[in-house]
Amino acid sequence: MAGTDVTYAQWTRPKIEPSWLVRLFDWKPFLIFMCMLPAAGLLLVFLTYPLGLGMWLAFTDTTIGRSGVWVGLENFEYLMGDRLFWQAVFYSVFYTTVATVGKFALGLWLALLLNNHLPFKSVLRAIILLPWIVPTVLSAIAFWWIYDAQFSIISYVFVDVLGWRTTYFDFLGSTWPARWSLIAANIWRGIPFVAITLLAGLQTISPSLYEAALLDGSSGWQRFRYITFPLLLPILAIVMTFSIIFTFTDFQLVYAITRGGPVNSTHLLATLAFQRGIPGGNLGEGAAIAVSMIPFLVFATLFSYFALARRKWQQGEAND
Amino acid sequence: MTDTTANTDQPSTATVAPEAMAWDNRTRRVVTIYVPLACFVFILLFPFYWMAVTSFKPNAELYDYKTYNPFWIAKPTFDHINKLLFETSYPRWIVTTMTVAVCATFLSLVSSVLAAYAIQRLRFQGSQYVGLAIYLAYLVPPSILFIPLATMVYQFGLFDSPLALILTYPTFLVPFCTWLLIGYFKSIPYELEECALIDGATRLQILRRITLPLAVPGLISAGIFSFTLSWNEFIYSLAFIQSSENKTVPVAILTELISGDVYQWGALMAGSLLGSLPVAIFYSFFVDYYVSSLTGAVKE
Repeated sequence: MAGTDVTYAQWTRPKIEPSWLVRLFDWKPFLIFMCMLPAAGLLLVFLTYPLGLGMWLAFTDTTIGRSGVWVGLENFEYLMGDRLFWQAVFYSVFYTTVATVGKFALGLWLALLLNNHLPFKSVLRAIILLPWIVPTVLSAIAFWWIYDAQFSIISYVFVDVLGWRTTYFDFLGSTWPARWSLIAANIWRGIPFVAITLLAGLQTISPSLYEAALLDGSSGWQRFRYITFPLLLPILAIVMTFSIIFTFTDFQLVYAITRGGPVNSTHLLATLAFQRGIPGGNLGEGAAIAVSMIPFLVFATLFSYFALARRKWQQGEAND
Repeated sequence: MTDTTANTDQPSTATVAPEAMAWDNRTRRVVTIYVPLACFVFILLFPFYWMAVTSFKPNAELYDYKTYNPFWIAKPTFDHINKLLFETSYPRWIVTTMTVAVCATFLSLVSSVLAAYAIQRLRFQGSQYVGLAIYLAYLVPPSILFIPLATMVYQFGLFDSPLALILTYPTFLVPFCTWLLIGYFKSIPYELEECALIDGATRLQILRRITLPLAVPGLISAGIFSFTLSWNEFIYSLAFIQSSENKTVPVAILTELISGDVYQWGALMAGSLLGSLPVAIFYSFFVDYYVSSLTGAVKE
């Protein structure tokens, strides 16, 4: 292309003119469009659209195999009078509150313990993260076996080894024990995530602050209250948002251990939506239950947004 | 409490003899740090130990706590694992899960790298809002999406096909990976790219030759994390897959191995153990990447 003119080629090195395709890809608007296309396409088709579709389904009487018609608020009106739905709302809120408090109390404690000078610290950290890595359903099955009515190892220890009780625990057979057992399993699974992320937050706090406080004669509690806690607050808020959202919409643990039983007492909104929607076939009603989770999630997200707005504490600090 | 337990008592116990003080500090440290830590580790690991012990126990020991100590195995056996591997379609489930996880990870990684590069490096108008939108997308849980997605999957004719999972898993992988990679790209000096621009490199050449090689640790973090999350996924796979051979491991264990009222605990535990192993092995090689992606994603 460039070498056709002889005289031109003589005094300047033939410049390789980039092909139109290369030039097109170097044109910024087009490049941005192409770069955003796969991610935006996937998210719009499989996330935004279903989100809207779910809201629409909640106002229809769709069942499996039959596309429904608009029925207005009928699904929600039905749910308002449904005792099972309110029970699921109650248990979802209860489960989220208790599990979150438990996870953060124990997780913060573990993070503070790990923030000391310890031998084999990295090995310890790796071990502690294990419950979080292993698929939830698989560890839930292990808990199911631990909670077994006849062969529970916890019952064995309490009855046969320690002799503190005469009867075996009935972990999953009645309402409240089953609820608490699920919460315990959820806390068990959530501690590592909370501990490791808070540990990362703790490590960004400058030791000089503690030295200054020591010189001023502060007590251990005062150092925690006035240095550790306020500086940890932004990361705490973010981790807590994540934890609240994913605990509130939890599905796997409950589905694997109790499937909502005994007598539907441990249904969370997600498991109830699944039960009504997929095996029950009432997609419209299932969608209505799922949609009713959104207000809670919006609340949690706003909480996160305002916490994020205050994240100037972490200016280009390296991890760990 | 943090980092200072050893120093705490120095002002108050300064009058005590040095040996006594040292002893005091050591006991204190053991009681306040090592004992609670040991309890934590024990509780966090016990279910795995129990899982492993159960899967190698013969049935006679499994259901008889009176004559055998339940915490130990008198006669280890591979019966449960044999049964699992040769009498069920367990290998098939592992292969399906692996395929789905690898494809979904690859798909999300490619789209996230491009998106993160566009948002962080190409810097168009409103790019920070796109970043925020992707962050918000991460907060949309699968529990709200599975019902409408099930109807979509059905309409696309993808019901009962692993392709449905490969296409839907990126809904939670892409936001996470993009968010992680944006943070990672931020840490690469922009001057390097400017130099390349002056030298006449095109944007795509810069991405391929400069940014990506420097972002390899970030890519590994995002990749292994996506793989773990895909391996972990449950609700989509439960809702979209019906035939036994296309199920993923977590769903198959819960729906195929439980037959009737009698639970085969040995086989169930063996299945859980084997299902956890690939992720655990993967994890043991890349612990630091996991930790950095976990903490990085939260901090960014």
